[in-house]
Amino acid sequence: MVASIRIPAAPELQYLLRLSDTCLILGQRLGEWCGHAPILEEDIALSNMALDLIGQSRALLTLAGQRSGEGYDEDQLAFLRDEIDYRNPTLVELPRGDFAFTVLRNLIVSTWLKLMWERLRDSSDAELAGIAGKALKEARYHQQHAADWAVRLGDGTDESRRRCEAALGTLWLYTPELFEDDAVDAAATAAGIGPAWSQLHEAWLAEMNEVLGEAQLAVPPAATFRSSGKRGLHSEHMGYLLAEMQHLQRSYPGGAW
Amino acid sequence: MTIAAASRIEHAWSALNEVLDPEVPALSVVDLGLVREVIEHDDCLEIVLTPTYSGCPATEVITSSVIDAIVAAGLGPARVTMRRAPAWSSDWISAEGKRKLLEYGIAPPGPVLADGAVPIRIVGRRQAAVPCPRCASVRTERLSAFGSTACKSLHRCLDCREPFEHFKPI
Repeated sequence: MVASIRIPAAPELQYLLRLSDTCLILGQRLGEWCGHAPILEEDIALSNMALDLIGQSRALLTLAGQRSGEGYDEDQLAFLRDEIDYRNPTLVELPRGDFAFTVLRNLIVSTWLKLMWERLRDSSDAELAGIAGKALKEARYHQQHAADWAVRLGDGTDESRRRCEAALGTLWLYTPELFEDDAVDAAATAAGIGPAWSQLHEAWLAEMNEVLGEAQLAVPPAATFRSSGKRGLHSEHMGYLLAEMQHLQRSYPGGAW
Repeated sequence: MTIAAASRIEHAWSALNEVLDPEVPALSVVDLGLVREVIEHDDCLEIVLTPTYSGCPATEVITSSVIDAIVAAGLGPARVTMRRAPAWSSDWISAEGKRKLLEYGIAPPGPVLADGAVPIRIVGRRQAAVPCPRCASVRTERLSAFGSTACKSLHRCLDCREPFEHFKPI
């Protein structure tokens, strides 16, 4: 086993890690569909989107490593951090569930990411703005893919509709975390790095309403539950995910292809 | 810039013209618009590339093929740097590149729409059909938005019945 690394508490760094970890952990979950999706085309589509997300997280983790002042590289940050130093919102670490759950989570997150990348193009951090310009193009395709499926399944058969409603009911509980602010957001907006997460809410809800309306799916009531993954307090699922994702680097430190 | 430097850079571009993309081997990295600049330094040639997709698994292979090609042409040593901004666009594929794509059986990308002007398109509103690269019929349909690689979507022609891929505008 190789020792874990700890991450400095600087809020600007935490802001980057919240974003990089959102991409990385959702990418890991989508990658689980490889070889298991209901049809070949979707197997390929989900794997492709997983690659995009992991690629985006690689760029962000490299940047975070440079900004950390500790000289960490992307691999150290991905494979040697413990659960408490992961900063993704809980939503993306939930088990992949059925295809309806995967599609609706992708809709929620890709819409959120698209709006985030749009704003990050104006970041005071030129590197981050460059990553955002690239990722935005990809996020648009991801959102379109999820929206197509949401409409097809939501306005589909009794079974597909039932599964969509069940998935949306669970997922919605975890969405408030995507729009809550704390000291990390305050520091990021003050430095012009990026928007406070709350600033995405109105536009996100408008786009979600448009797609869910077309899908004949009711928007669930606002949740009072608050998840806390972005502060390092994760669900019971996160440890298992990291154990699988980090196993090789932990057992064979520095192992490479 | 000395004459020697100019010709070294010119030769480098010719060498890069022969470096094929591993996923779309009909096109060179120059045809694809991946090469931004070739810069002469005292100790090496610097090749500046812009990656296509964030998660493109071919990036590492392209980097090493580029260095190998420069060295093989006797122009080395060389190093590759990545320039992410402005983001790569399929509009950067050369006219020659688009012609080669079509010949290879991949429908080339149309122009990228003005930035931000892409509202979510809910199914039901049909999108414009991509012409079949084999028989040019426009009676085609999309099977999947993601093909064998992230940069391509999967289609089929309803006239000649052949499946084909389309390089997505991005």
